[in-house]
Amino acid sequence: MSLLQVTNLSVYFHTRNGTLKAVDGVSFEVEPGKTFAIIGESGSGKTVACYSMLGLVPMPPGKIESGSVLFEDRDLLTLSEAELRKIRGKGISIIFQDPMTSLNPFLKIGDQLIEPLRLHFAISKKEAWQKGIEILEEVGIKNAAQRMHSWPFEFSGGMRQRVVIAMALVTEPKIIIADEPTTALDVTVQAQILKLLKELQVKRNIGVIFISHDLSVVADIADKMAVMQEGRFVEQGTRDAIFNNPQHDYTRKLLAAVPNSEKSAQENKAEQNLVEVEDLKIHFPSNKGEAPIKAVDDVSLHIKPNEILGLVGESGSGKSTLGRAIIRLLKLTAGKVSFDGQDISRLSAGEMKPLRRQMQIIFQDPYASLNPRMTVYNTLAEPLLLHKIVTKKELDNGVCSLMDSVGLARESILRYPHEFSGGQRQRIAIGRAIATKPAFIIADEPVSSLDVTIQAQILDLLLELVERFDLTMLFISHDLGVVRYLADRILVMKDGKLVESGSVHQVFSSPQEAYTQALLNAIPGKSLFTTESKGF
Amino acid sequence: MATSTSIDSATLAMPKGVSLWDDAWLRLRKNKLAMFGLGFLLLVLVLCLLTPWIAPYSYEEQDLRLGAAAASAEHWLGTDTFGRDLLTRILYGGRVSLLVGFVATAVALLIGVTYGAIAGYAGGKVDAAMMRFVDILYALPFMIFIILLMVVFGRNLVLLFLAIGAIEWLTMARIVRSQVQNLRQQEFVEAAMSLGLSPVAIIVKHLIPNALGPIIVYTTLTIPNVMLLEAFLSFLGLGIQPPESSWGLLISYGVETMEEYPWLLIFPGLALSMTLFALNFLGDGLRDALDPKASRD
Repeated sequence: MSLLQVTNLSVYFHTRNGTLKAVDGVSFEVEPGKTFAIIGESGSGKTVACYSMLGLVPMPPGKIESGSVLFEDRDLLTLSEAELRKIRGKGISIIFQDPMTSLNPFLKIGDQLIEPLRLHFAISKKEAWQKGIEILEEVGIKNAAQRMHSWPFEFSGGMRQRVVIAMALVTEPKIIIADEPTTALDVTVQAQILKLLKELQVKRNIGVIFISHDLSVVADIADKMAVMQEGRFVEQGTRDAIFNNPQHDYTRKLLAAVPNSEKSAQENKAEQNLVEVEDLKIHFPSNKGEAPIKAVDDVSLHIKPNEILGLVGESGSGKSTLGRAIIRLLKLTAGKVSFDGQDISRLSAGEMKPLRRQMQIIFQDPYASLNPRMTVYNTLAEPLLLHKIVTKKELDNGVCSLMDSVGLARESILRYPHEFSGGQRQRIAIGRAIATKPAFIIADEPVSSLDVTIQAQILDLLLELVERFDLTMLFISHDLGVVRYLADRILVMKDGKLVESGSVHQVFSSPQEAYTQALLNAIPGKSLFTTESKGF
Repeated sequence: MATSTSIDSATLAMPKGVSLWDDAWLRLRKNKLAMFGLGFLLLVLVLCLLTPWIAPYSYEEQDLRLGAAAASAEHWLGTDTFGRDLLTRILYGGRVSLLVGFVATAVALLIGVTYGAIAGYAGGKVDAAMMRFVDILYALPFMIFIILLMVVFGRNLVLLFLAIGAIEWLTMARIVRSQVQNLRQQEFVEAAMSLGLSPVAIIVKHLIPNALGPIIVYTTLTIPNVMLLEAFLSFLGLGIQPPESSWGLLISYGVETMEEYPWLLIFPGLALSMTLFALNFLGDGLRDALDPKASRD
């Protein structure tokens, strides 16, 4: 007996620019105690499919064209807003993606937690509070009775997501929709949250609809799954069937895009290091009376020419700060940074300018790293003119050849950043970084905000450019799979210190530090690779 | 825009001006309301510039036999209580009002945007010192400031513009500073720094263009403000003195005689409000045109 039965659901968006078939004839079932995963890239309609069942899609422009959603013998699509409100949060709860924004920052945890209880059940505040404490304990929050009085900002990201899960569970729903619940979390925290979800689900016999773009996460948690593309389920079946024997081309493409190969080791025989960092410290002042925050603490490293050095660590480990400090975007507290044999740690901004040409950076978020009011042409022309790479006469050709190098169509030269997709924007940012023909590039999580197939394309582009322009790269990432695919050598960073370094093979096959082991264990989708014996 | 036309590399005829401003102009031209506003403002401007030659009478010429007369063939908009032609006085008044509005606002824009952008970009102690200075100026009672200026240097139009501008820039500086502070955190600014751009280039090319929305909105609010301030100062005897005129002055006299001679209020009021309407249309249009996201579906 299934809990929820979705039959032939179609949701279209009617806009001025035509009709968008966001969800197009989708059918699936959710069983108690089982997880049904919907996987797809952003814009594939997976969120709309789930939210439309609960009337959470704005209509208009959205419109449910056909289908039925049976839940407790009622068709949700025919219910009124008032009836739906009784089901939302009580029968079916949602866990949202970003725990930083899904909690109200001005309400204490306890008050938020008991809100759905008081809304859906006739229950006194005292009883509700007691129940809140129990559920907080159940999701693994210590000192729950005291923590009920805490504010959201007093919790870390992982803890907040536990609170969000507690909020979803407190009304004892039959079904939980988990909308990318771990995408915003670090890899070790993600592993904990996934484990927690699985435990609670089995214990309470809840049906879970798990929305994700990350195949490896789904591999760990799903019982059945569907692959969604442009509003349709292109493939649907049990987890094992889909992972071991994918039928549809798109599924195969998705599976192939998961970076799971290891870069073949090459001996780097260069004598001299391109970048050398000695005892680098970056401290940020904190509140008065407290010790300064040691974002980077006594780090020494070297990077050889033509090497890709992977720097991994969780958020807050100081890896981005280290990267920015190496190219002097931040003030150094102490220590020395040398570039091509020259000590650059005390150079003034004017003295740095000629060197800026040699070192560039690619940022994580291609939405924030491009000036929204400059066309691609102007964005790419800026470095070319600033460092006199080309004359004004040759500028058009210079920009066009850059666009070719990063695989952007020349027709789009006069467009603004918002007219591009995330992957294309990242190509623009890469184009800007290689415009000055630098020797050294820092790539700060350049693919972590991209979909998996796009991610694979961008990684391959980076590898190609490294080869073609003899680049040296510091590749910063929290994703070990990506680093393994790309890097020659790996550094592991924790709390501002380097805890482990070595060749990719060494670190992956015999990690020395407990922290590195924990990171490796937390990589989602290990089952995915073992079933296909692709490594690990 | 040439977004849909393909660009052949051999005959790459790149429009040389693909700057934000050229692009904005192309988009503004498609906005009918904004173009109407611009056209109206230009018409008013030309009329005011040519006033000495086209005005039917002199602004101080009195015809006491008429007194305050309603519109007639000789006096299209009627005359005021001294028998002076109202159309002429509105035209002459427009010269003063527009000049005050635009010059004082330009002063406020120039100082406010520069000051705010520098404070926001520099941050830290520089920012704190610069903004405390703004706070101190805020705290000065500005009426006394202007009265002092007028008393010391005598009644002087240029001084009046500067004095009003010197007050209006404070709010502009605050708005720009907070915008720049937010923008400065964005990665594209960091990217510009890593390219080796100088702080001035970063402020001019990357920060101010992205702060234009609020700047334009506040500017369109400042212009009428300044015009009304001039009327108030003139009313106190610190600005323009009769027989010279300004729209603000005409309106405040119009209010006094509203019951007997309504046209003395209606026509100057219409002149001011239509100009402000046109200005707002243009301002809205400019804001949209300068935001690449807003203007294309």
